[in-house]
Amino acid sequence: MPEGRLAVNKTYKLYVAGAFPRSESGRSYPVHAADGALLANAALASRKDLRDAVVAARAAQPKWARTTAYNRGQVLYRIAEMLEERAAQFAEQVARSEGLAGAEAGRLVAASVDRLVYYAGWSDKLAQIAGAANPVAGPYFNFSLPEPTGVIGVVAPPGSSLLGLVSVLAPVIVTGNAAVVVASEERPVPAVTFAEVLATSDVPGGVVNLLTGRLAELAPVLAAHRDVDGLDLCGISEQDAAALERAAADNVKRVLRREVAPDWERRPSPRRMLHFVETKTVWHPIGA
Amino acid sequence: MARFEYAPAPESRAVVSLRSSYGLFIDGAFVEPVDGGSFNTISPATEEVLAEVALAGAGDVERAVAAARRAQREVWAPMPGAERGKYLFRVARIIQERARELAVLESLDNGKPIRESRDVDVPLAAAHFFYYAGWADKLDYAGFGPAPRPLGVAGQIIPWNFPLLMAAWKLAPALATGSTCVLKPAETTPLSALLLAEIFQQAELPPGVVNILTGDGATGAALVARRDLDKVAFTGSTEVGKAIQRELAGTRTRLSLELGGKAANIVFEDAPLSQAIEGIVNGIFFNQGHVCCAGSRLLVQESVAEGVLDALKERLGTLRLGDPLDKNTDIGAINSGRQLDKIVELAASGEREGAERWSPSCAIPERGYWFPPTIFTGVAPSQRIAREEIFGPVLSVLTFRTPDEAVQKANNTTYGLSAGVWTEKGSRILWMADRLRAGVVWANTFNRFDPTSPFGGYRESGFGREGGRHGLEEYLDA
Repeated sequence: MPEGRLAVNKTYKLYVAGAFPRSESGRSYPVHAADGALLANAALASRKDLRDAVVAARAAQPKWARTTAYNRGQVLYRIAEMLEERAAQFAEQVARSEGLAGAEAGRLVAASVDRLVYYAGWSDKLAQIAGAANPVAGPYFNFSLPEPTGVIGVVAPPGSSLLGLVSVLAPVIVTGNAAVVVASEERPVPAVTFAEVLATSDVPGGVVNLLTGRLAELAPVLAAHRDVDGLDLCGISEQDAAALERAAADNVKRVLRREVAPDWERRPSPRRMLHFVETKTVWHPIGA
Repeated sequence: MARFEYAPAPESRAVVSLRSSYGLFIDGAFVEPVDGGSFNTISPATEEVLAEVALAGAGDVERAVAAARRAQREVWAPMPGAERGKYLFRVARIIQERARELAVLESLDNGKPIRESRDVDVPLAAAHFFYYAGWADKLDYAGFGPAPRPLGVAGQIIPWNFPLLMAAWKLAPALATGSTCVLKPAETTPLSALLLAEIFQQAELPPGVVNILTGDGATGAALVARRDLDKVAFTGSTEVGKAIQRELAGTRTRLSLELGGKAANIVFEDAPLSQAIEGIVNGIFFNQGHVCCAGSRLLVQESVAEGVLDALKERLGTLRLGDPLDKNTDIGAINSGRQLDKIVELAASGEREGAERWSPSCAIPERGYWFPPTIFTGVAPSQRIAREEIFGPVLSVLTFRTPDEAVQKANNTTYGLSAGVWTEKGSRILWMADRLRAGVVWANTFNRFDPTSPFGGYRESGFGREGGRHGLEEYLDA
């Protein structure tokens, strides 16, 4: 940076319905790097922002689900491309947020890109491993297929600011769900920048909505929201999990419980995708 | 139209030998409950007391879970899959051998027509054991990763509408994986599960692999409240399902729920109409409408609505309501006084809210619990009879004009268990099937079940699947 020139800092905002609004509450909160330096004033999303995000997700979900699997795979691959291109920027943000050396952060960003490529490839294969043609005793062609559950609330991992986020978000959207994500409360900067990647990757507006703010304020609303169909509680602490799961039962949400010490660098199985799909079985008549 | 008169054709009760009282089935033997509680089970068709049945309390639950845990660890999980499978094949065969006895007992205790228990419930129960028996030594190929492990001990709570069949749906896949079970039959229909326990004894199933605890809601609650179960599987009302999900919040116990429904049965103008009429009747009046996936909302295209309703009413006039053991009976008894009260109350709300009520003239027996087949027309989507699960022989009729409107109305519910589509157009069947938010879509048929075919709901109809390869996953640690 030239001597004497003042840097132009970015305002970190929310990502809702494909746009980057401030919190309707007008609030923000300071976000610090691992070394204590001020990184940004992130938007402090309100309960109203969360409800708006659910509305956006619901509106976008049917069309996203109806997009061909091939097309969804290409969109996820496009996210990977855009992330790769900005790898240096993400490495710096992850390094500062998580207090890592540059090389280590670079490795996590590369793993995040690869994770997106991994899930991109699943889009048109999951139905082939999770579906079935069932040999019923009668004149019917009986088949079962996985379909997206709908709108999924995701509480992103608190520690792994980018790889953790990508690892929980990609399996939710690749099958045709829409997501409302609450980013890591302490480390939201890579997540907000990742929303910029999403916005430029042909991901339709509303398919992913990303909020920054206080988990204590947002998670109970997300868990109890009647128009949210599933909940990934990955980023929830053990003492908060039970209350949120109880709230989720009000509309029989599918809940992916928090994991104890998840290893985000391990190659994932299809399990996370399968948690947020529904199996539909169709009996089609056979007759001349 | 001239009506044929039928002479009574009752199935003989002699094939069933009821004991005056039954204990709990724990660790391979019938035992007395720890606190000595008991209750009567009656025939809903006559209110006759059939037997006295033990009421399991928390102490009995503890004994049963301990027996299941020991059997799982020491016997059932270590056993080669091929041997486990052979036990299940044995069970399937004995169910077939004792089919008539099971059918008569089921109709006595539940009130459902013998034709149905004989032709649907019992054969399907045997088929479920037969199907999952074959999986026991093939789990490596089930698609849940290499060497999947059995989940452990499952607590299973089943409803009163298909007592034996629901027991088979729960037990067969669990046992195939190497898991063991504590099964809690419904309060009003404990007898076929106890006969199944005898069948397990005849099959020499190792003690503790299946334990059966008769009791009421408190027994089920005591089972769910334990923290040493690996799995809870529940079929029943959405209300209780939600309570169980809340109870298990924050635990590591896995859960599957098969809950209520308010299925749309959608008839297009190009449907094979006489077939559709039979499908509508089967959809809502099969098993007195005590079916979670019942087609309780008829959506009929406006252009054919009048003709369909006329034909439907004429058909209902020929349905025979009465003695469940009579082989000509179409509609049996409502399972309990409590359920009858609920149906009566909801039907009254339909009239109060402005829908038009119709039933064929049909004689109602003096004793027992009965409700005539009933149709409501002029139903608005906001009325309770269009939204709430009645779980009885009551059909709400709505109309639509376009396929899009049919989809919108069908999906306008918090449930999502099943749906029916009647049309001669194959492409429309698949178009509709794609858009309906329901776990099972029947085209030109309804209420059809098969052990190879996964069954389960979307939304507040629950989660998890029973049947098929998918049904194994509920009991595997994969």
